[in-house]
Amino acid sequence: MKKKITFLFVALAAITLTASAQSRKSLRINEVMVENATSVVDDYGYRNGWVELFNSNFAPLEISSIYITDDPSNPTKYPVPLGDVNTRIPKRQHILFWADGEPERGTFHMNFRLKPGQDNYIAIYDADGKTLIDEVTIPAALLADQTYARRVDGEGEGADAWHVRTGEGNLYITPSSNNIIKDGNVKVAMFSREDRNGFAMTIMAMGIVFSALLLLSICFYIISKIGERVSKVNKVKSQGQTMREVPRDEHPDNDSGEVIAAIVMALHEHLDTHDRENTVLTINKVKRAYSPWSSKIYSMRELPHR
Amino acid sequence: MSFGDFLMQNLEQFWHLTGFYNATWQHFVMLGVGLFFIWLAIKKDFEPMLLVPIGFGMLIGNIPFNTEAGLEIGIYEEGSVLNILYNGVSAGWYPPLIFLGIGAMTDFSALIANPKLMLIGAAAQFGIFGAYMVALLLGFAPDQAGAIAIIGGADGPTAIFLSSKLAPNLMGAIAVSAYSYMALVPVIQPPLMRLFTTKKERLIKMKPARAVSQNEKIIFPIVGLLLTCFVVPSGIPLLGMLFFGNLLRECGVTTRLAKTASNALTDIVTILLGMTVGASTQASEFLTAQTIGIFALGFMAFIIASSSGVLFVKLFNIFLPKAKKINPLIGNAGVSAVPMSARISNNLGLEYDPSNYLLMHAMGPNVSGVIGSAVAAGVLLGFLA
Repeated sequence: MKKKITFLFVALAAITLTASAQSRKSLRINEVMVENATSVVDDYGYRNGWVELFNSNFAPLEISSIYITDDPSNPTKYPVPLGDVNTRIPKRQHILFWADGEPERGTFHMNFRLKPGQDNYIAIYDADGKTLIDEVTIPAALLADQTYARRVDGEGEGADAWHVRTGEGNLYITPSSNNIIKDGNVKVAMFSREDRNGFAMTIMAMGIVFSALLLLSICFYIISKIGERVSKVNKVKSQGQTMREVPRDEHPDNDSGEVIAAIVMALHEHLDTHDRENTVLTINKVKRAYSPWSSKIYSMRELPHR
Repeated sequence: MSFGDFLMQNLEQFWHLTGFYNATWQHFVMLGVGLFFIWLAIKKDFEPMLLVPIGFGMLIGNIPFNTEAGLEIGIYEEGSVLNILYNGVSAGWYPPLIFLGIGAMTDFSALIANPKLMLIGAAAQFGIFGAYMVALLLGFAPDQAGAIAIIGGADGPTAIFLSSKLAPNLMGAIAVSAYSYMALVPVIQPPLMRLFTTKKERLIKMKPARAVSQNEKIIFPIVGLLLTCFVVPSGIPLLGMLFFGNLLRECGVTTRLAKTASNALTDIVTILLGMTVGASTQASEFLTAQTIGIFALGFMAFIIASSSGVLFVKLFNIFLPKAKKINPLIGNAGVSAVPMSARISNNLGLEYDPSNYLLMHAMGPNVSGVIGSAVAAGVLLGFLA
């Protein structure tokens, strides 16, 4: 019993820890502005650099107690405070932290500033202060009002996944918003463009449906063959023989359901007995204490039948 | 303000809130459709478990009221009771619960005993993609076309699940269309089955299925889940619940859970699903040219699905030895209207040979149709969502 409880506890702990690790790992540094000259202002009306985080998961993510830092030797520089409902990021959404060195202004104001004209290292660590979730180094060449952003929100690793956004053309500055603005469903647009008559979809989809069911069919063909073999062996064994002793053409076939049903019916008729089945009627007198207070006879009529 | 004016002003306000004041001819059309569904269910016995809740839901959803009064009573008004119940449809969690029940009541023995019958269930899904192509021709966008085409799978929960993801604005029409055609299976399928088969083919007697061991029945939902969901992970909500329900039934140690899933839970969800789907067909949303298009496409999808199942069996028979030929009358059962379409196969088989019972053979393609339509829905979801 003790072993069982210990095993259950360990399994639950492992599942919980894994789940927690998986969810926090979906957090990404998504866009960073180092020097804010004419861009967005914070709630106090000040312009400062900012760091945008993105929840790349398809489930909400609570980020309180994680750490944000600009110092590789001090991973726990800015702990995101507990108890703020706004630290829960909805699925595939963003959150903005101001790098203004004024943490007393609220949860989203960090205790460090980003430094223009030099490389800025930014990292986020999990609540243990040791597990690195994401990191990026912002190049020194980034100018005022420009951002260093992921090409696609939350996706990609390494410098290739990032580019400089100047605010011109398609390179919008997008604090607390998607880096790529989608006008519609990309997949639907692609099918509208490339597969106007639906022929490709039909071939692909029917191919997949057939493959899935064919796979299942083959698998069960094999399982049924094994099952048949096992039942044959069992049947021969029950007759005190081995499969080798029975000539090949005399191996017993599987009995069909009808044959088995007929045998059972015959036995039932002959022996007037039955095995354990839930359709057997047992007539016992049921005693119930009657009280007119609980009787439904007077308040409800029988449901109509056709 | 005099007392009389005060009374008149308030009574006038009340009059503006009544159904009589807000009624339009569209409301009366939809109320008529609801009453027709209830009549079909009670008098004609067409899928009463579905058509009574849907029909009555239509009455509930189409009682006219002042939508600008903010009374939080309409199904589309956030916070209303109907809206809360409708969440199971719009967020798509009623259909997987129904699938849990279907899994818990379905005996897959016929399929396990004769696994090649699974392919008939796959062939019937041609109905879905035939309708998809026609829907595109009619100008529907691919996601809308996919949601409409799934009617051909003849599976109400799957149609609701997929349309809630791909085309929520068309869901009411799609769901009502799917359930209507499922109710009309006994009318639609027999003429097609007669049309595509010869008398000789209808008389084919199939070998009785072998007895299936409990171990095989237990392995089936586990292997079925792993294989199908590895191929189409987007089918997990439906297939996962279907196979889970079946494992509850077959493992022998969770009888209570299986009974609850197949009886009480399914009944509760069917009531809520049917009623809210019916109520979602508000005249303003429902009575459009698009709805007529959806009904026409659904009908076509159903015909293609039923026909392709029958024709596939005929094709299959070419490659089978004489002793193992399949009666093409079970081909229609590839659409997943369980067990109605299997019953149609059986009845038609008995009509031509009173000793030819096809029910158990038809149950194979019938339940594989359920799996097939869930896989097809997963494929459409994967490609278009």
